[in-house]
Amino acid sequence: MRTVVLMLTLSAAPALALAQTIPSPVPENEVFTREDIGHALAAPTPEAGHTAPSAANAPEDDGQWSMPSKNYASTRFSSLKEITPANVRTLKPDFSFSLAVNKGQEAAPIVVDNTMYVVTAYPNIVYALDLTKPGAPLKWIFAPKPAPASQGLACCDVVNRGGTVSNGKYIFNTLDGQTIAVDVKTGRALWRTQLGNINRGETITMAPTVAKGRVYVGDSGGEMGVRGWIVALDENTGKLLWRGYDTGPDAEVLIGPEFKPHYAGDQGKDLGVQSWPPQAWKIGGGASWGWITYDPELNALYQGVGNPGPWNNEQRPGDNKWTAGIFARDPATGAARWYYQYSPHDEHDYDGVNEQILLDMPFAGKMQKVLIHIDRNGYVYVMERSTGTVLSADPFGPVNSSKGVDLQTGRLIVNPAKQTKLGETVRNICPTASGAKDWNPSSFSPQTGLLYIPHENMCMDWMSSEVNYIAGTPYVGALVHMKPGPGGNRGELTAWDPVQRRPAWAVKENFPIWSGTVVTAGDIVFYGTMDGWFKAVNARTGDMLWRYKVDSGIISQPISYRGPDGHQYIAVLSGVGGWSGAVVSGPVDPRDGSAALGMVNVMSDLPKYTTAGGTLYVFSLPH
Amino acid sequence: MCSRFPINLAALSVLMLAACNRGPQPALPAEQPSRPILIDSALDPGVGYSLVTTDPRAAAYYNNAEAVNTGKRLFQQYNCSGCHSNGGGGMGPDLLDDVWIYGSRLEQIHQTLVEGRPNGMPSWGNKVPDQQLWQLAVYVRSMSLPQTLAAETDNTPSQSPAPVPPEADQGAGWSPPPATTNDYTTTTTGAD
Repeated sequence: MRTVVLMLTLSAAPALALAQTIPSPVPENEVFTREDIGHALAAPTPEAGHTAPSAANAPEDDGQWSMPSKNYASTRFSSLKEITPANVRTLKPDFSFSLAVNKGQEAAPIVVDNTMYVVTAYPNIVYALDLTKPGAPLKWIFAPKPAPASQGLACCDVVNRGGTVSNGKYIFNTLDGQTIAVDVKTGRALWRTQLGNINRGETITMAPTVAKGRVYVGDSGGEMGVRGWIVALDENTGKLLWRGYDTGPDAEVLIGPEFKPHYAGDQGKDLGVQSWPPQAWKIGGGASWGWITYDPELNALYQGVGNPGPWNNEQRPGDNKWTAGIFARDPATGAARWYYQYSPHDEHDYDGVNEQILLDMPFAGKMQKVLIHIDRNGYVYVMERSTGTVLSADPFGPVNSSKGVDLQTGRLIVNPAKQTKLGETVRNICPTASGAKDWNPSSFSPQTGLLYIPHENMCMDWMSSEVNYIAGTPYVGALVHMKPGPGGNRGELTAWDPVQRRPAWAVKENFPIWSGTVVTAGDIVFYGTMDGWFKAVNARTGDMLWRYKVDSGIISQPISYRGPDGHQYIAVLSGVGGWSGAVVSGPVDPRDGSAALGMVNVMSDLPKYTTAGGTLYVFSLPH
Repeated sequence: MCSRFPINLAALSVLMLAACNRGPQPALPAEQPSRPILIDSALDPGVGYSLVTTDPRAAAYYNNAEAVNTGKRLFQQYNCSGCHSNGGGGMGPDLLDDVWIYGSRLEQIHQTLVEGRPNGMPSWGNKVPDQQLWQLAVYVRSMSLPQTLAAETDNTPSQSPAPVPPEADQGAGWSPPPATTNDYTTTTTGAD
């Protein structure tokens, strides 16, 4: 394993009076190694075939970027190869565009029919830019004017993870709980559907998934005592087709005769009620604020489910189904087919909402249809996706909160030493609450067979406290102080080989990587850093090839597209914020380590490196 | 009633239930005026200082260590800490700095708690006893006092809140920056 160290330091900079010192890293010997706790049902059999998405899930690249994940397989792989390791040094900004919102920008720009669409953080303004004209002038602006009060209900900055274009509509969500379809020609709303109720703590920050005439949306609010859900809307009318809750009675979770979970622990009647104290499931979280993936090949929907609430686990004894796991559902009816719980009775805020990447991969001597999920709890899960069987689970970041996954029962093996407790500070828990990796998606290259995982290397101290449920206010009950993981670099880009179950290379970063990655057929991986560098590294070696300093830190999803002139372009939004960047986009005070749910303790130096911003950047080679 | 602000489930504090059970008109302190008190900004254009209306109910909470400490407890119990952490903010604004969006005086903080504010601050008036809102207000006022900040020994501030001296809230709410070069009190008469 090669490690490329790219630590940035401020030379002799006077310490800002405001900032706390960054706590010492957790010692290396306090986390488990991959060899200790990684498990698989069979040894690697790379000779059984080539890892790649199926043609149904990742059709031939048309050079556009119509959905945040690029394709239903969620590979974020661009087949464009004009930009190569040999020429990327000459990459230059082609144009930029101010988003006029200085909050965390997490969205992916969308490019369809030579028009680029960008949605901002709250107030969720949508811009359409004409790529056929010099400087990409505005075609229209759509301002949905979400309720200002929704800002006070967003746990982790007022972010938005993007929209998607389908059949002449740009479809996106607003912080105050609406899904809106805008006519791409006129910039006018075709329909808008109110789904969330901010008085109950429900907001929406995720990017909708659109497939076969249906729009799939989930809520945010796992820190506000919501009862999480997923809905399907009619793409043409916005009409609600079905809603499945993530806690509660089977009938409301849409669990019926089709439900055949692989593991015994997920089998039984009304587990969404029985695995909670009386009534607690009604305010138990399980929000679906991350990625929902549609699988054309198996006609299935995969829905990641967030953490249970409150964070104080002693107020909710039980497995807390169906939080911190994943559902496979029937896209037409929402009927659950299987479920797997990454973190039963989660005690560390390990949401199960990260991306699902759908691949055909050799395992146990034959090609299998797998779903790869890189969880907050620190493991890369490779699952057989027709049944929800875990084939392998290996740590990719610092882990000591668990000791691996028992592949017979499917259950995470909890480490009692790192279980959180009422009134007692448990120290050096790894990974931290935001996970070994948060929502920001990985990419996969069928050329290299590697996943490019943008992630964190952070741990935490945690003391649970009693918390009252008051609708519309936080329902957390924990005093958290985060700290760097072993080595002290807070972020890392890991190129992971899912077949061999090990990293091929890794790049260390000073700050946690909160942007997604995109990988191209030129064998280049692009990603951004929280201190404002947009970087290109060699997809095969991790060598840094190019970097460009933008106006603010990057926490968004970069893309690659073919412009009207036939050339390859790379686009990304700057604008630091999100949970990790709240100390800049806040205002949040660096003197309070517990601020922003404990994140400030490990990010209090970020204001020395970047300021708030919000700009679209588009790059190309000279031509 | 507390119904618009559903406070259900077992975990609820007894304190809060007591507040709800007092009937439709919870008892407010005797000095509660019959009409709401208007609080003027000190920044009326064209006037050096405007009169500041003070709320007589505020007086009892100055130099009151017990009120500050009760406020500290309530700040956790009513989930204020969920948004404002230990003063450093998060979902809600920073309370340790010297930026006061809606005014820094005790009565202004109280008014913010009673009314709520449009960018996400809930309205707590008539949902919890008024005395508790004053106790919360005085704790919030204490967080950024130099004495409170100085008492911070680690990275969790606001744990030893100092009582708020009345001097903290005296003045017009605005003063010229230190070492200002302009005499802002001079009135231009417009003489040519």
